Amino acid sequence: MTTRIFGSGIRRREDPRLITGKATYTDDIKLPGMVYAAILRSPHAHARIRSIDTSAAAAAPGVLAVYTGADVEGVLKPIPCAWVVPNSDVKQVAYPAIAKDVVRYVGDAVAVVVAEDRYQAEDALELISVDYEVLPAVINPEAALGPNAPQLHADAPKNQAFHWVASGGNVDDAFKSAEVVVKDTIVQQKLIPNAMEPRSAVASWLAPMGELTIWNSTQNPHIVRFITCLVTGVPEHKIRIIAPEVGGGFGSKIAVYPWEMIVAFCAMKLGLPVKWTETRTENYVATTHGRDHIERVELAATRSGKITGLRATVYAGMGAYLSTAGPGIPTILHGLMYSGPYAIPNIRADVYGVFTNSTPVEAYRGAGRPEATFLLERMIDLLAVQLNLDPVEVRRRNLIPKFDNGYDVAIGLKYDSGDYQKALDTALTHTSYNRLRQEQQQLRQHGKYMGIGVVCYCEICGLGPSQVAGAVGFGGGLWESAIVRFYATGKVNVFVGTSPHGQGEETTFAQIIADELGVPVDDVEVVHGDTDLTPMGWGTYGSRTTVVGGAAVALSARKIREKGRLLAAHLLEAAEADVEYADGKFFVRGSPDKSKTIQDIALMANVAWNMPQGMEPGLEATTFYDPPNFTFPFGTHIAVVIVDPDNGHIDLTKYVAVDDCGRQINPMVVEGQIHGGVVQGVGQALWEGAVYDQNGQLLTGSMLDYALPRAHLLPDVETLSTTTPSPHNPLGVKGIGETGTIASTPAVYNAVIDALRHLGVTGLEMPLTPEKVWRAIHQQG
Amino acid sequence: MNIQVKVNGKSYQADVEPRMLLVHFLRDVAGLTGTKIGCDTSQCGSCVVLMDGVTVKSCTCLAVHANGSSITTIEGLAQDGKLHAVQEAFWNKHGLQCGYCTAGMILTVTELLQRNPKPTAEQVRQGLKGNICRCTGYQNIVRAALAAAEALGG
Repeated sequence: MTTRIFGSGIRRREDPRLITGKATYTDDIKLPGMVYAAILRSPHAHARIRSIDTSAAAAAPGVLAVYTGADVEGVLKPIPCAWVVPNSDVKQVAYPAIAKDVVRYVGDAVAVVVAEDRYQAEDALELISVDYEVLPAVINPEAALGPNAPQLHADAPKNQAFHWVASGGNVDDAFKSAEVVVKDTIVQQKLIPNAMEPRSAVASWLAPMGELTIWNSTQNPHIVRFITCLVTGVPEHKIRIIAPEVGGGFGSKIAVYPWEMIVAFCAMKLGLPVKWTETRTENYVATTHGRDHIERVELAATRSGKITGLRATVYAGMGAYLSTAGPGIPTILHGLMYSGPYAIPNIRADVYGVFTNSTPVEAYRGAGRPEATFLLERMIDLLAVQLNLDPVEVRRRNLIPKFDNGYDVAIGLKYDSGDYQKALDTALTHTSYNRLRQEQQQLRQHGKYMGIGVVCYCEICGLGPSQVAGAVGFGGGLWESAIVRFYATGKVNVFVGTSPHGQGEETTFAQIIADELGVPVDDVEVVHGDTDLTPMGWGTYGSRTTVVGGAAVALSARKIREKGRLLAAHLLEAAEADVEYADGKFFVRGSPDKSKTIQDIALMANVAWNMPQGMEPGLEATTFYDPPNFTFPFGTHIAVVIVDPDNGHIDLTKYVAVDDCGRQINPMVVEGQIHGGVVQGVGQALWEGAVYDQNGQLLTGSMLDYALPRAHLLPDVETLSTTTPSPHNPLGVKGIGETGTIASTPAVYNAVIDALRHLGVTGLEMPLTPEKVWRAIHQQG
Repeated sequence: MNIQVKVNGKSYQADVEPRMLLVHFLRDVAGLTGTKIGCDTSQCGSCVVLMDGVTVKSCTCLAVHANGSSITTIEGLAQDGKLHAVQEAFWNKHGLQCGYCTAGMILTVTELLQRNPKPTAEQVRQGLKGNICRCTGYQNIVRAALAAAEALGG
């Protein structure tokens, strides 16, 4: 066999349109007669609306309509939360599309203007007069739960959105008998996802047919269709959601927002196509944020460094309302990952979801697992300091030994496969870890502060078995589907329910087909992102698209191969049992010259002139694939920093990522995911953070104020991999979209703290700005 | 105001509001939507185009400023159906994922290579200071720039 297409780093098939400016994102769409919506957003974090006067705006040039909360009330149902975690008393507070009586965060919608062009719509917003009675606001999730905090929702006492507990083993006994206990408070600052494409929606209402079409910058068009049906009342089969080119998501395009419902409302009222595109400033307050935890954590261990228990109380900010998947993130995707790659017999997670007067919190790349990994890796470094052991040694003493097919952790998950030690050893060897430590000592003697951060991680992704989804309150399934269709000419379309937006599955899915069926990769086109064209699917998040969607593609291909084999046997006048498949050909065993190509078979199946008795025409297969388990990729990342004691500046000088995502379909794409993920995680450690003042005003309200990673601040990421296939996945793959972000924040954080360790610094709050570092060095906290 | 702007070699004459941004002129008047708006505040570089051969952020430049100038957008880079070496390098080196920052990145790198035909990786990184990419971590963009430099004989 020649070089296999599976495993080959071919360049991406989606790129030609993207590098020539010919791709169509939502804001590029222009429909005949289209008009423009602009949304008036609350400037206050918490206020009662006394009155709204829209008359001047309504009379402004080009304005077609102005709508307020009173107009949508009863027409648009409240925006639902779709992940109601059971046994945790989730308060499903009403989230109106447009606020009518009370605004609860800066960014809450107060009115919408529709005008002939966007400039006119924006101008008219300024003519709307709103009389607010400003109320006290609360931003800190722990404070929001306190006795004197302002209350957001009458039906959520103490601002408590939910309380969720998970445990395994006997945590209290572990702490009673612990030889060593380390404690810390960890703040996972609120982050702004910053997909480069702002969110956008175009809605078109075909009144005579009762059909609603929305072009929407989303990661999951089928979920948008489902929720649009619930909110607007338009039946699901009359709604078409199209996710055209989508410019990144990172979790911020999972939620089904009030904004596209408002746009749909306007289109239905006016009978005209309506477009809304947010500005970046609007994006910062109106598109979901990530993280926002305050965690009180304790780790119990023996004096030899064996971890015996972990417990954490987490205050997770939800923002002012529950976003679509909000409650599932600090619970199922966070608390259940407290064992990481380590054998920890006793664990308890105690998570409070809390309403605050800030932008709702959703998934943000990694969603819960970065926080879990940070928590563990931070506590292990503290334990190492306490025991005066090398942090690598503490990790080594606790890693779960290699396993190929299933390992039960105390908190209830069954990991699929892992070889954590190998990933650690690979990283240590590649970095010459011992030599790095010597270098650190030498530099320290010369007044240079070098730090090394080591992180071992394991994460849960490839979401997931639908039965589990149901059991944990996810308001849908987590299977995926794929239709593979051969035409008479031998060309192939693959229709998938997932909705990639930069991850490259138009290429990797084509590689799966090429590998399974022997067709040239250029003969395959992957269709996604349109609910009228593609079969049902749950979208792209949780590193599930290749794992679950790709499996559906492969299984459809295998069905086609079997039908092709039977048809070939008929055409070759051979016994079915004697016909085999290899490299795009069906042949009679022992007579390789007696064969039919997959293209021969595609032609015959499509014209159906000579089919076996009872065989249907066509060469097409559909698979609905529900995975039996999640996948658990893992690895070791090592970061090296140099801290300048004079100004607190941190120079990230080396970054090594060893990741294991099982078999790799396209190593170039895998590497790209790791590069981007790592840099996003570095951003959290060093630069990023949504900062609010005490009134709930977002101070980091634009890219001028919110510090994103930039090219000149970063080193190359050195990527290595080990390969431990997932035993249950048809392709042996695991997810890779989020591992970089999961590992890099604690790797860089631990490196910085390690650089300051000799000064007695044991922790600082992220982001680790030069000012904080300088103050720590000079004890001017 | 009446303005005349040459975009990708074609002349456009239009009566525009004085406040109209260049990026809106390109997208809405010329119908060239390859230029993207990422931040509105001149931070992200998604909207970079070449004005008389020099990079400008078209979201913080008025259309009237472009009067009489010659603009190159991403749509004008490939010639006679053949990709520009920088485009080709972005494709070969996986220098893009979601593609939204890509037009600005490619034009920025194109201008950078005109000024400095043989840059180091560090010089490329410095040259990309004004462009934000959230997907790639920049690494493959740097690789693409270096590969393009080589292809262009720098």
